[in-house]
Amino acid sequence: MLRFITSRFLQSLLALFLVISATFFMVRFVPGGPFTAEKAVTPEILRNLEAHYGLDKPLWRQYLDYLGSLAQGDLGPSFKYPNRTVNEIIGDKLPVSAELGLLSLGVALVIGITLGTLAAVRRNTWIDYVASSFGMIGISIPTFVVGPLLVLGVAIHLGWLNASGWYTSADRILPALVLGIAYAAPISRLTRGGMLEILHQDFIRTARAKGASEFRVVTRHALRGGLLPVVSYLGPAVAGILTGSFVIETIFQIPGIGREFVNSAFNRDYTLVLGTVILYAVLIMALNLVVDVVQAWMNPKVRLEG
Amino acid sequence: MLRRVLFPAVATLLLLPLAGCGKKTESASAAAASSAGTAAGQMIYRIGNGSEPQDLDPQIVTGVPEHRILIALFEGLLTENPKDLSPEPGVAEKWDISADGRVYTFHLRADAKWSDGTPITATTFVRSYQRMLTPALAAEYAYMLHHAVNARAYNEGKLTDFSQVGFKALDDRRLQVTLESPVPFLLKILASHYSWYPVPIHVLEKHGALARKGTAWTRAENIVSNGPFVVKDWKPQQVLVAARNPHYWDKARIRLDEVHFFPVENQDTEEKMFRTGQLDITYELPLAKIDTYRKEFPDTLRLDPYLGVYFYRFNVTRPPLNDKRVRRALSLAIDRERLVKNVVRGGQSPAYAVSYPGTAGYAPRAKLAGTVEEAKQLLAAAGFPEGKGFPKIDLLYNTSQNHRIIAEAIQQMWKRTLNIDVGLRNEEWKVFLDSQDTKSFDLQRAGWIADYLDPHVFLDLWTSHSLNNDTGWSHAGYDRLFDQALKAKNDAERYEIYQQMDAILVDELPVMPIYHYTSVRALSPRVKGWYPTLLDNHPFKSIYLEPAK
Repeated sequence: MLRFITSRFLQSLLALFLVISATFFMVRFVPGGPFTAEKAVTPEILRNLEAHYGLDKPLWRQYLDYLGSLAQGDLGPSFKYPNRTVNEIIGDKLPVSAELGLLSLGVALVIGITLGTLAAVRRNTWIDYVASSFGMIGISIPTFVVGPLLVLGVAIHLGWLNASGWYTSADRILPALVLGIAYAAPISRLTRGGMLEILHQDFIRTARAKGASEFRVVTRHALRGGLLPVVSYLGPAVAGILTGSFVIETIFQIPGIGREFVNSAFNRDYTLVLGTVILYAVLIMALNLVVDVVQAWMNPKVRLEG
Repeated sequence: MLRRVLFPAVATLLLLPLAGCGKKTESASAAAASSAGTAAGQMIYRIGNGSEPQDLDPQIVTGVPEHRILIALFEGLLTENPKDLSPEPGVAEKWDISADGRVYTFHLRADAKWSDGTPITATTFVRSYQRMLTPALAAEYAYMLHHAVNARAYNEGKLTDFSQVGFKALDDRRLQVTLESPVPFLLKILASHYSWYPVPIHVLEKHGALARKGTAWTRAENIVSNGPFVVKDWKPQQVLVAARNPHYWDKARIRLDEVHFFPVENQDTEEKMFRTGQLDITYELPLAKIDTYRKEFPDTLRLDPYLGVYFYRFNVTRPPLNDKRVRRALSLAIDRERLVKNVVRGGQSPAYAVSYPGTAGYAPRAKLAGTVEEAKQLLAAAGFPEGKGFPKIDLLYNTSQNHRIIAEAIQQMWKRTLNIDVGLRNEEWKVFLDSQDTKSFDLQRAGWIADYLDPHVFLDLWTSHSLNNDTGWSHAGYDRLFDQALKAKNDAERYEIYQQMDAILVDELPVMPIYHYTSVRALSPRVKGWYPTLLDNHPFKSIYLEPAK
């Protein structure tokens, strides 16, 4: 197990290095730069701007400088927001996205697993149809439709909550619900599929034969195996959900990292692009590693093959 | 087994964020007060302010959202009249201009202070302008100061002795500005543009910000300013709270207790915030909502003339657009009235000249006039009878729904009237600007908004030395007139020269004017003392709120 984890960790480090290098050079080759603006600046000022940020050095030199400061944990200053550093921006925004993400994840797991399990146990009854329709609808309707619809109903017509913002605890409800539903849908479908497969296995029949109650059979025996597909889905999903959603953050005016990630690319804020990419890459790799370990623990077959 | 693992896991996931909620309550206080509007008898004006401000350093920022905030925080030598933006005394209580129009002496008021109580002297201004022109600071708007003697040379590093630049502190309260040549609209720039604001040198020194951008002096806890308001709190991407400045010389006129600036980039989100009472005024309004507002909320909809022009740039270095008959044919063949009424729909006015009619008393006489028949004849004369043999050209616009529908409408008009095919090409904003710089386009969508209230701003663009020309067009006669205008003895004489320049533009058509902008927004009827102005600047001195009913 330890060897398995160590080798996966080293692979991840190599992948991270490749991601950083590729991103560093790719953003530089995109037309337009951080100082490209509608109102042209004089060549003298442009030269001084570039000198200020070290962009006047040869590219390979900038790359080495960047790796050097990265090794010390310094992600550099932001080009777009000159009085803030990338470290500060990430430090400010990541907790917001993570808070929203955890809330949504809670919503997604509770709704998704409950509906998926019910659908599998009561297969081909109205419960199954309702749960499956929810899954299909949730997957098909994007958050940028669900979000504004909920705002229209709950905030504008009923006046119960603010239309947007991230100031009070109540402001968390709508975005967490919208993002949660988006993830609940695939989770419910995966749970249903996994559970159906498990419920037909011999060990379940054995459990039933031994006289275990249906509730006990489902929760104690079936769920553990039935949730395997959900767990492998959760790795990348959690990374996505924690690092914020551009759409949700935009609709609800939430100061999260998802918006910074997208806008930094539009602004050619080189350092912020790299900073957010590194953050995403690290999270995705770490969570995939965790998923592998958890799967090995949950399923002896995986463990033995590994 | 499962219950042991899964249930605690889910429970933890659900509880974790709740644990985090506790510390959020204090940051919620500002917003809680905010959503109540006039909580505790406070008059709080809540503004939708576009994108997050880049910074609050008046010598660094360049955008409109920043400008709106800086008007609240800082004040220059002169300030704007809230109704018509004409220059009014600011930090300077009066000023004299020499007979040749080159030397301005500003008399600063005795009670001019920073928000920490430090007096503002003529030296503060001189040192502020020195900083603005310091090459290492690389201030993008430094050219606004280039009117002063040797300012440009100092800014470009060709001169290192600042005492040779045209800014002098005669004593604590007298600032002398000497210009290279008379600039008839200097006072308007001083009143309207933040590049001429002073900066708190004593605070900048503490943060090593004299020759450096991106220091901590503009953070909420450090910033000191001299305008009607000071920064009380700044939560990036959430809200910037400005409260009354107790040291502002004209504080008796300020009626608002606080101004909250909300950075809301998404128009639909902003509109919903306005509808639920989170905002008193929006930054803009989605075009699709204009009709709804006309019908349902007519008392909140504002469509006001805005000093800017929407136009298409011709690349005159490429055939067939190097032929002015072709440019004229394309310009005549579109129906601007219909375009504005049916496609753009925000009350804009069709543009038949580049200059904005009615800018500080100037209206161009020369107008683009002619029939579709004439357009067809011109195209035939240029060698493309009924559009035959007309090469495929592209119209470049930046990716946006609004620009696309306008481009499609114009594309169809050209097809119908001239029988020519123009392709549409859209590019992401920065790629688009790169194509503009490198002139990799045939026709390009563009817009220009004035920085101050003078016809100079639109005519300045098309000289051959202008960095924003980007058409490849140059005209010796036009350049000569431009220089002459700056030496004119009075506005009447100057405007006559501008008439000739506008006539050249309408004849040569390096660009094809399409419409003049309006600002489109929602404004709560509770907001009083807010006046529509051509620059869309709204000084806070006159604004107040009626109590909520």
